[in-house]
Amino acid sequence: MLSRVQVPANARRGEIVQVRIAIQHPMETGYRPDNFGRRIPKNVINTLICRYNGSEVFRAEMGSGIAANPLLQFPVRVQESGEFVFEWRDDSGERGESRAVITVSAD
Amino acid sequence: MPDRRRFLLTSTALAGGLLCARLAAAQQNPQRAALLREVTGGAPVNAGRVTVDTPPLADNGHSVAVRVMVDSPMTAQDHVRRITLLAERNPRPVVASFTLGPHSGKAEIATRIRLADIQDVLALAQLSDGSWWMGGAHVVVTELACLEG
Repeated sequence: MLSRVQVPANARRGEIVQVRIAIQHPMETGYRPDNFGRRIPKNVINTLICRYNGSEVFRAEMGSGIAANPLLQFPVRVQESGEFVFEWRDDSGERGESRAVITVSAD
Repeated sequence: MPDRRRFLLTSTALAGGLLCARLAAAQQNPQRAALLREVTGGAPVNAGRVTVDTPPLADNGHSVAVRVMVDSPMTAQDHVRRITLLAERNPRPVVASFTLGPHSGKAEIATRIRLADIQDVLALAQLSDGSWWMGGAHVVVTELACLEG
């Protein structure tokens, strides 16, 4: 699964940064028929977890009401340099992962 | 104060007041009450503290930008634990649930949702003391989601 994580490259200690992730995924609702009129089964990214230096900072549990190619944005207060690691899983069991590094200066 | 600013202030205050009144009235709506019970497990829901920011008119129900802000200091003692987004006229009304914490710094999330009908988009926030707060915004959608086929 293609994805893009956006975090600022640099921040000051204690600053609240906006973290944004976009994932390429159809987020099939289960209500849409294919070209032969058969229902395409529901398949959405149901869980996404973001960890910063190993500790969980954000979690999203999603249903079919989230638009295709889901976009999530949330704030995180950063105290030290480190890495955001995103992990997610869809209904078909497929997993994805994405990372982004941020440098935090002392003052 | 310039007239325009005063007008904007009073009109937003009025709109906010109206929405609060509407939300309070709507809690008597049995369908919505059942949905809220499902999310909160029967805990009482207070109106206020939660702001839902959406375009009032969305061209495309397949992707409507939503931003939820909760008035909270986000300290270890007093923070937002969870924000749940509801679209009660969607086939699956519980859109998503987001878990936050004091490390978030502020209580705010943004995403894009599907809307199957013209409706209020509701956001429920559970604080660290266990209390639930609700806000909402009315969205008019011109092209609805979930109608293909």
